[in-house]
Amino acid sequence: MRGLLALVALLLWPLAAAAEEVVMGLSADNVAITTTFDGESLLVFGAVKRDAPPPEGAPLEVIVTLSGPLTPVTVREKERILGLWVNRDWIRVSAAPSFYAIATTGPLGDILTDTEDLRQSVTIPRAIRAIGQTVENVDEFVDALIRIRMESGVYRVMEGAVELDQETLFRTSFDLPANLIEGIYHARIFLTRGGRLVDRFDTTISVEKVGLERWLFNLAQHQAFLYGLLSLVLAVAAGWAANAAAQALKR
Amino acid sequence: MQLFLPIAEVAVNAFLILGIGGLVGMLSGMFGVGGGFLITPLLFMVGIPPPVAVATSTNQIVASSVSALFAHIRRKTVDYRMGLILLAGGLFGSTVGVVLFNWMKSLGQVDLLIELCYVFLLGIVGLMMLVESLRALRRHRAGAPPQRRRRSRIHGLPLKMRFRISGLYISVFPPLLVGVAVGVLSAVMGVGGGFIMVPAMIYLLGMPTRVVIGTSLFQIIFTTAYTTMLHAVTNHTVDMVLALLLILGGVVGAQVGAILGQKLRAEQLRILLALLVIAVSLQIATGLVLRPGELFSLEPGVPL
Repeated sequence: MRGLLALVALLLWPLAAAAEEVVMGLSADNVAITTTFDGESLLVFGAVKRDAPPPEGAPLEVIVTLSGPLTPVTVREKERILGLWVNRDWIRVSAAPSFYAIATTGPLGDILTDTEDLRQSVTIPRAIRAIGQTVENVDEFVDALIRIRMESGVYRVMEGAVELDQETLFRTSFDLPANLIEGIYHARIFLTRGGRLVDRFDTTISVEKVGLERWLFNLAQHQAFLYGLLSLVLAVAAGWAANAAAQALKR
Repeated sequence: MQLFLPIAEVAVNAFLILGIGGLVGMLSGMFGVGGGFLITPLLFMVGIPPPVAVATSTNQIVASSVSALFAHIRRKTVDYRMGLILLAGGLFGSTVGVVLFNWMKSLGQVDLLIELCYVFLLGIVGLMMLVESLRALRRHRAGAPPQRRRRSRIHGLPLKMRFRISGLYISVFPPLLVGVAVGVLSAVMGVGGGFIMVPAMIYLLGMPTRVVIGTSLFQIIFTTAYTTMLHAVTNHTVDMVLALLLILGGVVGAQVGAILGQKLRAEQLRILLALLVIAVSLQIATGLVLRPGELFSLEPGVPL
């Protein structure tokens, strides 16, 4: 009996030691894209709940990721043909996040082991899936995808951007770009100690076009003929009005 | 002021787009061309995706052509019959153009197609205009009377038709073919095609200069309207908000341009326009020949 108790205690011990949990808040749980949408700042904050004093050893680290909807992308490479730079090889990436930002308390290499990264898909290359390749050097294409999106600011790595107070309260903010696409955005928070995962918390934020934006987009997608006609009516009316105004000015 | 475009899905500075519309409107008021060949590359430069830029500028051309056509209707300088023949060819040409556009898009070569069309057409038309207007300027300086137009060699073809307003009795095939060619260009390049059609009407069909602009405007309205519909239905790439901004800027610019145009001499204007056209062509050509800074490009979605 005593042996059994010892076994249970032994099994429970690592759990008890790691009993640190994330409680999280967001400044907004939905983002509305209006005509004057110019990007928005999203605040992610939270606290670490624990029953016992923080364990000794490696300090607590926090990683926050925010990922946009996964969409397929084609990556093309230019090659010189007859003196001109022309698209040649391409790969299709079946699912790449349209937006991806990582904020951490420290350098990612130090606070997250490769194994945990692989398991939890934290860093950008881990969050991209490329399938159905037609070329051999797939990695080059995936690297290019990441590089181009990093340059345009839709992929970001912000090491040290999470403020952590007393190993308990943390906060960070993401500047959402103006060219957000609609959909469900996933926010994840990882607590790590010595590179290993302690706890994880997931939540979602919905980003959607509202008002005129939504109406026009839906019309263009689902009632394309009507949308085309409306565009033409507007164009003809504008052209006529311009002429009428010019005539009135002349008199 | 930043404005989020619903179809292009990018935020742009509204005043920048108004400015582009205004600048192009001014040029079109000065030179009597639609200016689509300038709007499309300028939109590329401010980050509008090429398919949206091409489709939206056709919509903008509808507006500017409607606005300009009224003056020609009042002056009775529109040859409707010729316009309708050109239009018949144009509608066929646009359909071919949009099919070609979508096919090249699926191959990932649509940018190349658009850019090559721009380089060759703008280069050729620009050089032709430059040579022509330099010659005219020299004649003007020498004080010699302008030469009479040569009669073109298209009088042997069958199915002749009388075009009263143009004072022509010619076969319907040359105007039909001109219409087809301009229709293809309009769909692929997002231009009205006035800069191709006007010289073709004068030099190929032998139409009198005074009815050329009005007739080409009449035809362009319908071809670009049709192209807009085709792009809207097959690609969903017409951005109404972007088009409205361009139209607003263009309307104001056109009035300014018309006033400026009256103060400059015709030959000088033509030389300016020719230089501008050649500059745009060279700029695009350099981009094709020089090694690009980034060899890779992204395109949302997956080709079929």
